[in-house]
Amino acid sequence: MATTTIAPESTTAAAPQFDTLPARPSVQDTVSQTMTLAWRALIKMRRNVEQFFDVTIQPLLFTAMFAFLFGGAVTGQHGSDGVKAYLPMIITGILGQTVLTACIATGTQLREDMDKGVFDRFKVLPIARIAPLAGPMVADLVRYLIASTLTFATGIALGYRPGGGVPGVVASILLAMVAGWSLAWVFTWVGTIGKNATSVQGISMIIMFPLTFMSNAFVPTSTMPHWLKVFADINPVSHIISAIRDLANNGAVTGQVGWALLGCAVVIAIFAPLSVRSFNKHM
Amino acid sequence: MRNDHTTPAGPIADTAVHARGLVKRFGDLTAVDGIDLEIARGEIYGVLGPNGAGKTTTLKMLATLLPMDEGEAQLFGVDVRREPHRIRQLIGVTGQYASVDENLTAMENLRLFGRLQGLSGTRSRKVAGELLERFSLQDAADRPLEKFSGGMRRRLDLAASLITRPPLIFLDEPTTGLDPRTRGEMWDTIRDLVESGCTVLLTTQYLDEADQLADRIAVIDRGVMVAEGTADHLKSLVGVSTLQLDLTDAGTLPAAADVVRRRIGAEPVLSAERSRINVPLDDADDAAEVLISLREAGVGLAGMSLSKPSLDEVFLTLTGHDAADQNETTTTTNEEVA
Repeated sequence: MATTTIAPESTTAAAPQFDTLPARPSVQDTVSQTMTLAWRALIKMRRNVEQFFDVTIQPLLFTAMFAFLFGGAVTGQHGSDGVKAYLPMIITGILGQTVLTACIATGTQLREDMDKGVFDRFKVLPIARIAPLAGPMVADLVRYLIASTLTFATGIALGYRPGGGVPGVVASILLAMVAGWSLAWVFTWVGTIGKNATSVQGISMIIMFPLTFMSNAFVPTSTMPHWLKVFADINPVSHIISAIRDLANNGAVTGQVGWALLGCAVVIAIFAPLSVRSFNKHM
Repeated sequence: MRNDHTTPAGPIADTAVHARGLVKRFGDLTAVDGIDLEIARGEIYGVLGPNGAGKTTTLKMLATLLPMDEGEAQLFGVDVRREPHRIRQLIGVTGQYASVDENLTAMENLRLFGRLQGLSGTRSRKVAGELLERFSLQDAADRPLEKFSGGMRRRLDLAASLITRPPLIFLDEPTTGLDPRTRGEMWDTIRDLVESGCTVLLTTQYLDEADQLADRIAVIDRGVMVAEGTADHLKSLVGVSTLQLDLTDAGTLPAAADVVRRRIGAEPVLSAERSRINVPLDDADDAAEVLISLREAGVGLAGMSLSKPSLDEVFLTLTGHDAADQNETTTTTNEEVA
């Protein structure tokens, strides 16, 4: 029998020693509770297939659209040559953007979920306070995986041949998922402070657009005015995208991968505690 | 006492809930203004009051859902403020609105809550199955919750609170909004709970619900406890039924009250602005006596009714004002349910 639960006999037998109950959830409990809540989120996803629209339609549409629109302009080559030369840059850029957009849905859906009755129960259960937030985020890794795979698939269909080969692509997809999970804490925090799902989405868009467009996702930063280049170069999204490029296009584990992972760790270190605190207050 | 088979290990072990001077303020409004509670193990304790009286706020503070502004509380000797995680292992909470997951089936809901509280996969499945059967939900186990009726949702919600058999159950208005038949079923379920050794703290707006279920009742008015005692004690204050008389002339109120006192020895409650007089009756037959005496005394009647005492009467008697004045926004709901 699990030690964390009140044994059925204990309420009727000799007075139980309630002061020996664990005073806080262990790390092991926290992980298992997070995984249980991820299981719940996965069931929910399976029953609401429209939740997958953003991670299926967007990679297909944006990849093709951006490649044909900007290919010539960015590379200076005309027609299909331009598109082809642009692909190694744009596919990895779109990957970053798509995963970031998928993160917004994480925050928005959390906000919607929090307004439902079941969160009232999560609050009174003896579970780690971070689990109701981290659980759905773990489940969202599935969405990031779908988005990343589809982006690469669309690119390959358009003629993109990643120089890093299969290992490079797999590694870059993994990095994109880690990055998605980390950056999702920003939007989870927005989700815990926003008034409703619509306002959460609005605020998240305002954060998402500068982060993706003012980065090296779509154009080389060398073409930007100095002030913008400074921002784009320190933007963690740029580092994540550079790391993805190094992995997918060259199969190289470069310093950018380290910077990207460090950036992710910093984002988690700031926004995970903020989210848990504001979530608890909200409750 | 139902817990007489329990071996007490001291005064703390016998006390399920001990609260002193609970205070909760929301801005200018003091929702709970110094409430003390002392509930023994195995007791069903009812907190009775209209909307906005502070019942749910009190319960939320004890359940770690709201921080208390002042006061202290212990459940089974564990401090609510200092050890919220321990408290959460001791309680089950079923609220006014079913807190179950609409996206999952009944079975999935119970398995989820079992897993979250440390039961193994097999064990949570087994416990879920047993609970669904106990709450007559086994046929609907794999149905999505959208197709559940209000009563089914409440039962599932209660089942979800019982997975780890917590020794203390909080029920926040467990039957508000349910039809009479479903209410009766819910009452039976709650009685069964106590048979199995639970302590229950329930809030309600219905005097008859408190009467049916609770060993002891606290009446709460504007965040303050105005009376506490057994259901019989409270009813002795208001009689078994109430005769409500509307007089044709407010000027005859004192005369009418005098007649009532002399004839049946009860203390009537007067409401001058409505020319109304409420007479608590220990025996419904006394109504005829009162009516005859009033006619003899020449007091004219515009209307009359005889009713079971409601929360309103308890309130009028205990506090001198209607239950419905508590919170203007909820006046209509109160009248609907009264």
